[in-house]
Amino acid sequence: MITSAMIFGLCGAAVIGIGLYGFVIHRNLLRRVLAFNVIGSGIFLLFGAMGYRSPILGADPVPQALIITGIVVALSATALAVALVVAYARATGQSTLPEDGAEHKTEDKADER
Amino acid sequence: MNGELALVLVATLPLVGALLTVLFGLRGGFIALAVAASISIALFVLILDVAQGGVIEIAVGGWEAPLGITLRADGLALAFLTMSALVMVAVILFAQGGFAPRTIAGKMVEKRASYAFWPLALLLWAALNAIFLSRDLFNIYVGLEMLTLAAMALVAIGGKAESIAAAMRCMMFALLGSLLYLLGVSLLYAAHGTLDIDQIFARTTTANADFVAAGLITAGLLLKTALFPFHAWLPPAHSNAPAPASAMLSALVPKASFYILLRFWFEAVPDLANQAVMWFLGGLGALAILFGSLMALRQMRLKLIIAYSTVAQIGYLFLVFPLAGGDYSAQPWATNAWSAASFHAISHGLAKAAMFLCAGLWIVAVGHDRLDGMKGLAQAMPMTTFAFVLAAMTLIGLPPSGGFTAKYLMLSAAFSAGDIIWVVILVAGGLLSAAYLYRPIAFVFERKALQTTVFVSHRLQAIPLILALAATLLGLASNIPFELLQIGRPFASSGEME
Repeated sequence: MITSAMIFGLCGAAVIGIGLYGFVIHRNLLRRVLAFNVIGSGIFLLFGAMGYRSPILGADPVPQALIITGIVVALSATALAVALVVAYARATGQSTLPEDGAEHKTEDKADER
Repeated sequence: MNGELALVLVATLPLVGALLTVLFGLRGGFIALAVAASISIALFVLILDVAQGGVIEIAVGGWEAPLGITLRADGLALAFLTMSALVMVAVILFAQGGFAPRTIAGKMVEKRASYAFWPLALLLWAALNAIFLSRDLFNIYVGLEMLTLAAMALVAIGGKAESIAAAMRCMMFALLGSLLYLLGVSLLYAAHGTLDIDQIFARTTTANADFVAAGLITAGLLLKTALFPFHAWLPPAHSNAPAPASAMLSALVPKASFYILLRFWFEAVPDLANQAVMWFLGGLGALAILFGSLMALRQMRLKLIIAYSTVAQIGYLFLVFPLAGGDYSAQPWATNAWSAASFHAISHGLAKAAMFLCAGLWIVAVGHDRLDGMKGLAQAMPMTTFAFVLAAMTLIGLPPSGGFTAKYLMLSAAFSAGDIIWVVILVAGGLLSAAYLYRPIAFVFERKALQTTVFVSHRLQAIPLILALAATLLGLASNIPFELLQIGRPFASSGEME
């Protein structure tokens, strides 16, 4: 039998999957930060659904407290990440990171000069 | 009672200091120094108390686990707390007089960077102390996030395009790592209704979710520790930051996530630690040693060599898992292997901080860190060179040094276990580190007409020397820290379980 907690949990898992897909597939930094937030929301949804005990007992309040803390942490991380994206865009005009290795090459060139 | 007060002070003082440095930005250096002095005193009292009376534990706010959070000072925690305190005091002294921001061109940047440096450094310290003392997996998560955010900001503090790119790359790994860890923690809570390490250890059932949770938590922490193959972000991040920031980042930040892994596998879920998982972690560590060392051999910039050396040295830490974890935890050599990892973490922390500070001084002297431009520096700055060579001795594992004690303990454990593969890795890693550290030393010692160097005060030069001497002293007087480490160590409990 499918309980409402299970539906919420499955939705959370699906949201995590969508977010992870976005995180891996996009190279645009802002999109990656957004994908991080999507994954985070999925985890919070899943975590909240896990707090469900029974129709009489209702929900365990501890996951809710932890989720709120988690949201604050995710918010601060997002703020820093977006600030870095903006600073990076200002400094280079780019919205994506160079591929691995490309960065080292430019460094080497700078060294040779 | 004194010990409990000292424990609370160690956990809270850096946070208070961070807030004060935000309020009184111009006096940041002085406040940081005062906070560092008070934490050192509190830590000293705490160590004395624990050495006499054993483990000290407090339930924050009088709330017992699982609802509340337990803070505990045992031998392992004290060892790591002491290492961070030594490194932080050195870094704070080193960065006095606006040294940290002076390495950055432009006056506007200087103001912003010097304003941001002190709160970030103290926040980093607060996060470390919280992680080392906490017994609650979610509280550790919050500490880990605080650590990551402070560290990322320190990477980017220079404001140059490369350092922002390095911070951004780092951030992507760190964000993914923290989500994996959080997901693992939430699964553990769902299965057992507690996040207290001791209560998870004492759980009566093992749910299938436990394996998934352990995998997620481990993967998340590996991303944050920068263990091979997740190391790509570390070298650019650590080498692009200003010297005092690099010292903190390379010496302390990876240790925190390793410390959590150590606590998790040895104290929370030792029953899940089967041989395959432990060998997998050890194998990644071995690959990190080889790959990091080979990459360090190829670098032409001193800071990149030191940063790749961190990638390699992190690998040694993970050899503790196959040597002391799983079935081996009840074996007599497990104690040696377990203590070796802590010894290695601490001596590496001290030596690596010393190295980055040396590199910072040389950069001040000659204006860059390219190896070919550093010839003759040994004559110009003998004190810094001596500190660098001492630190290199610890990293290579030459006696007498903390690194030697660590390698010796680990080798003896590997021989006792009869796993010769780890012996080979340890010896090969030692030889490789000798090779990649010889290169910068050879350049510095090359006899050449002295180039015009900027004068660096002896007071600044003394700081890395003291750190390097501390790393050496750890090998000369290894009995005291060894005894301290055994207080409240996990094998006593896991032995009873057998």
